[in-house]
This record gives sequence, C-alpha cells and structure tokens, in this order.
Amino acid sequence: MLQKDIKRLSLIMLFTPFALWIALLIIIPHLGMVVLSLREKVAPRVYEYGLGNYVDFMNEPIYWNTLLRTGSMSLLVTALALIIGFPIAYYIAKIAGYRTRGALFLLCLIPLWVSDLIRAFGWILLLRETGVVSSVLQWSGLIGEPIEFLYNDITVIVGLVYTVILFMIVPLVSTLDGMDESMVEAGYNLGGSGFTVLRRIIVPYAMPGIVSGCIVVFMLTAGSYLTPILLGGKNSSWFTEQIYEQFITRFNWESGAAFGFLLLAFTSLVVWLGLRLTGQTLANTVAKS
Amino acid sequence: MQLKTTLVSLLAATVLSSASMAQAETLRLMTWGSYAPDELVKKFEAENPDITVEVTFSNNEEMIAKLRATGGAGFDLAQPSHDRIYAAQLEYDIYKPLDLSKINTGDMETSLLDGVKANTTIEGEVYAVPHQWGTSGLMADKTKAPDFAGWGDLCDPKYKGKTSMRLKRTILLGTAFSMGENPFDAYSDLDKYQSILDKVAEKLIECKANIKAYWKGGDDLSAMMLSGEIVGSETWDSTAYKLYGENPNIVFVPPKTGALAWIDTFALPRKGKADDAAYKWINFVMQPENVTIMSGSTGAIAAVKGGLDLLPADKKAAVTAAFTPADIENLKFFANIPPGVEDMEGKTLDKIKAATGG
Repeated sequence: MLQKDIKRLSLIMLFTPFALWIALLIIIPHLGMVVLSLREKVAPRVYEYGLGNYVDFMNEPIYWNTLLRTGSMSLLVTALALIIGFPIAYYIAKIAGYRTRGALFLLCLIPLWVSDLIRAFGWILLLRETGVVSSVLQWSGLIGEPIEFLYNDITVIVGLVYTVILFMIVPLVSTLDGMDESMVEAGYNLGGSGFTVLRRIIVPYAMPGIVSGCIVVFMLTAGSYLTPILLGGKNSSWFTEQIYEQFITRFNWESGAAFGFLLLAFTSLVVWLGLRLTGQTLANTVAKS
Repeated sequence: MQLKTTLVSLLAATVLSSASMAQAETLRLMTWGSYAPDELVKKFEAENPDITVEVTFSNNEEMIAKLRATGGAGFDLAQPSHDRIYAAQLEYDIYKPLDLSKINTGDMETSLLDGVKANTTIEGEVYAVPHQWGTSGLMADKTKAPDFAGWGDLCDPKYKGKTSMRLKRTILLGTAFSMGENPFDAYSDLDKYQSILDKVAEKLIECKANIKAYWKGGDDLSAMMLSGEIVGSETWDSTAYKLYGENPNIVFVPPKTGALAWIDTFALPRKGKADDAAYKWINFVMQPENVTIMSGSTGAIAAVKGGLDLLPADKKAAVTAAFTPADIENLKFFANIPPGVEDMEGKTLDKIKAATGG
C-alpha cells in the first residue's frame, strides 16, 4: 500500500512540471489567442464577438497568398535540408570514426552558438553588392560588374536551410546510429545495388528520424521571422511578418491573433497531410526516434 | 519546523530587498535609440543620487503596443511622436494627463509647444509636451545624383536600382504630396483618403523596379548609402546628418513639396510610478547645456527657444547645408492620425509589398 502511494506521488511530482509547462505556456495562451481572434472592433474600446477576422483573411488574396507562399517555401527548405542533411548524418553516424564523430557533431553545433540575427548579418556581409563574394569574384576577373546576391528568394532559402539544417541532422544521426551495419551488409550480400540498399534498408530504418526532422524543420521555417525579413527582397513577404504588422504597426491584435491561429492550423494541416501521404503515423515514427 | 524557518528567512529576505529598492527610485524611460545618451544618464544620476534610470529603446508602434499590453504600466516616461498620442489615448487609455506646472514650459519653443498641446488635448487635459523635432525627406549623393529634389525622383528611371525607401506610412504621405494631393486634409474624409492611397499604391508599385531594396532601419540604410550601392533614398534627417559627417557629399534634401516634420514628445504612461522623477528628467534634458549633448547623440533639434543654435557644430553645419529658411517655412507637420487610417495605410503597404513589380 505504502509502496503504491510512493509510486503515485513520484509520478505526480514528475508529471507536474510538464503539465504546468503545457498548461501555462501553451494551452492557456492559445485559448487567449482564440478568444482574442474572435473579437471584432466596432468602435474605439467597443468589441463584438464574431468570425470577422477570419472572413477578412479569406477575402484578402494578399493574406492567403502570403500564407501559401510561406508554406511552399518552407516545404522546399525542408526538402533541401533533408537532401543535404541525410548524407552528412549518414557520414557522422556510420562512416566517421568514433573520435571524429564527436568533432563533426560539434562542428554542426557551432553555428547555433551565435544568434539568428548575427548569422543573418553574416550572410548580408557576404552577399551584398559590395560584399565579400561579389568583391572576390570581381578581383578574380570572373565578373566585370558587382553583383547583388541579396534581396531575393534564393538567398532567403539558402539562409533558412543553413539555419535549420542542424535540426534535421541531429534526429537523423541518432536514428542511424542505432542501425546494425550487418543489415546493410546483408543487403549487399543478397545482391542489392547501392540504391536498393538505400531505398529498402537505410531509408525505412531512418524513417522515424526523417519524419521528426522534417516536422521540426518545417515548423521552424514557417515560423521564422528574422532570416526572411533581413535577407528577403522587395516582393518577399513572409507570413510571420504579416502577424507582426497586425500586432505592432496596425494595433490590430484581433486579426493578428486570427493570423497566428491560421498559421498554426495551416502548418498542422501540412504536417498531417505529409504523414498521410507518406503512410506514416506519429506513433511509429516520432515516438520511436 | 525546518520549513517554517526557511519560509521566515525567505520572507525576511524579500522584505529587505524590496525595502532597499524603495530607497532608490527608478525612472523607467521608454524612448528612441540614441535618445538617452550614457553621458546624460550618468549626469542625471549624479545630480539625483536617489534616482536610477532604466532605458528601453523602442519606436512609435512598439511603444503603443507595449503600453497597451499592460494598460500603461511598466514605464514611467514615454516619448511617442506628437501624431501618435491622440488616437492611442482615445482607444486604449494608456497615458495620464500632464501637470504642466511641473515642467519648465517657458523655455520651450512656443509654436512647437502650442502645436503639440493642440494635438494632444483630450477633454481639456494635455497629454504631451514637445522634446525634439526633425524631418523625413530625401538624401542624395551630390556627386552621383545632383538633381535629386522631390519624392518622385526616387522613381526616376535614371537611378534604376540605385534608390531606396522604407515601406512605411511616410513614403505614402510623401508620394501623395508629390502627386499634388494633401493627404492630411483628406484625413477628415476617409473615402477621399482611400482614393489618394489607391493612386499612391499604383505609383509605388510601378516604382518597385526602380528600388534596390526597402530599408528597415538606420543601419542598413547607412550601409547601402556609404558603400555607394544606392545614390538617393528616403531618409530621416538625423541619419543623413550622420552620413554627412562621414562623407560630405551625402546631403539631406528637403523635397520640394516640403519635408515631413515630426515632433517627439514626453508623455506619462497611465500606471507610471515615478512621476516626479519623470518631470525631473524632462526639465533636465531641456537645459541648454544638456540639449547640446542630446542633439549630438540624436541629430534632432530640441524644442527649446534657439534649439538650432544649441546643436553641436557638425550637426549645425549639416542642417544649414540642407535647409534654407524657405524649406523651414514649407515643413509639413504630421497631422493626428484618426482611427481607421492605420488600417487603410497598412493594407496599402501590404498591397505594394505583395505586388510583383520587379
């Protein structure tokens, strides 16, 4: 009897911080956002409840175009991060020796020691018209006139991939790490080509890492603010910028809250669709990784 | 028993620390970057040993957003621009009326003081007094763009890919003036204002191909201008004056339709706790010897009598290089923003940003 009580008590004590964190920092603020997003301003200091903010969003092509643009660019960033990150993760987990592995992992972590803002400014210094890359190319005689690499969508994508790729590599390394090499050997012994082994053995084994990496990277990208703002050009609106604008420059917290909620719903929908289309479930991927 | 002693000692510690905090009053100042130079803060704290100054740098929009979030708590003195007080106060009730008898208004430039009072009086109570003023206009590199003179020149194909602007309300208003409209007059007739905004949007979308990038703050603007990546831009005058110090070819150009003038003010947040310290700070920074230090840091002109003469020598040279007395006559002071206009302008800016014009 006593034993059981202690068990229960320790469970409660272990669970409390987590429950508090979820309730106080996630559930309650989001409920507040929902309530806020359902308020419509009718006159100064007078509000009514209704769906007006969501209707406004639907009626204004600029807003949902920005959301779709943010979503599709985030998907592209996720795909690129996976394609670039997978070989790196495989090398770290399977090919590199025990000691180099730690060093390589550390090298991947180093960019995270500097803040987002500094990293974005680093790109600006490199890519601006009078920046390092343009100057070096001019000096080497490859180009005659300075070139502006900044302020376009490609730069935004490069910057974003650089910022998030680590979040792809880490889960991939940890899943690949557990893979028994004899499985790969067996694949080859049974006559599989390199591609078949990759497709039928390595990728399925790494699936939990791929799925969780993709989810994290997609969510981070869609919710990022600094990189798209600083590197983006004249036409590059990002949805988080719209939310900031609504809250800060237009004092329209109501529609800002609605936008925030729409972003959450949209990204969740994309993740759900992604899981459905690839035939994965959260239970047998993320929970395992 | 053990628990009880711990609790008691914890309580005692809290009481002690809050008691020592009450001893020294804190002035929590929310202002613009460079509006609280270290030199002045130190001098103020030396003169008033019982007050410590805590500075938060912000801008017009963030000031309102922050005060709105707390109902006017968290800061003791704020410095919004004169046109951003009336509507914010009506809508969110974030400021408290000033006690003018505690401020040395006699030293202030009468026209500016009266202007700000007129803009910020609600039900007979005054909510702000002027601090410094300056303008938004254009700047150009004289050697590369000698005939830069109006807002429209930003869109001159001669300077394709060599100009910049900030995609905020200033450029909407400036462009409206350059098209022969008076947007401030149209504030009373929002339908008319919308039609002006539509015309402005069309013009600025067409202009997009001409712009290198929209600048977001003084730093990226300075970098583009100093490196020669752009030859002309919309700017705050203070940024242009700073660049003039580094490259005398870069001058501030008041647009021929009139530079847009703003006045940054002092206002007391509704739940501020150190009003006396706030009044002390206001009177302190308006003293002539402190005005020079402040203007040296901000590049703006203090709203005191003879404010122009109190500028440090280099800034004064930059101002006289930029403005003729006729330009000063021609200044267009920002008019109070009525409710609803921010939303209209915001939608227009979104439209311009989203358009694929180059």
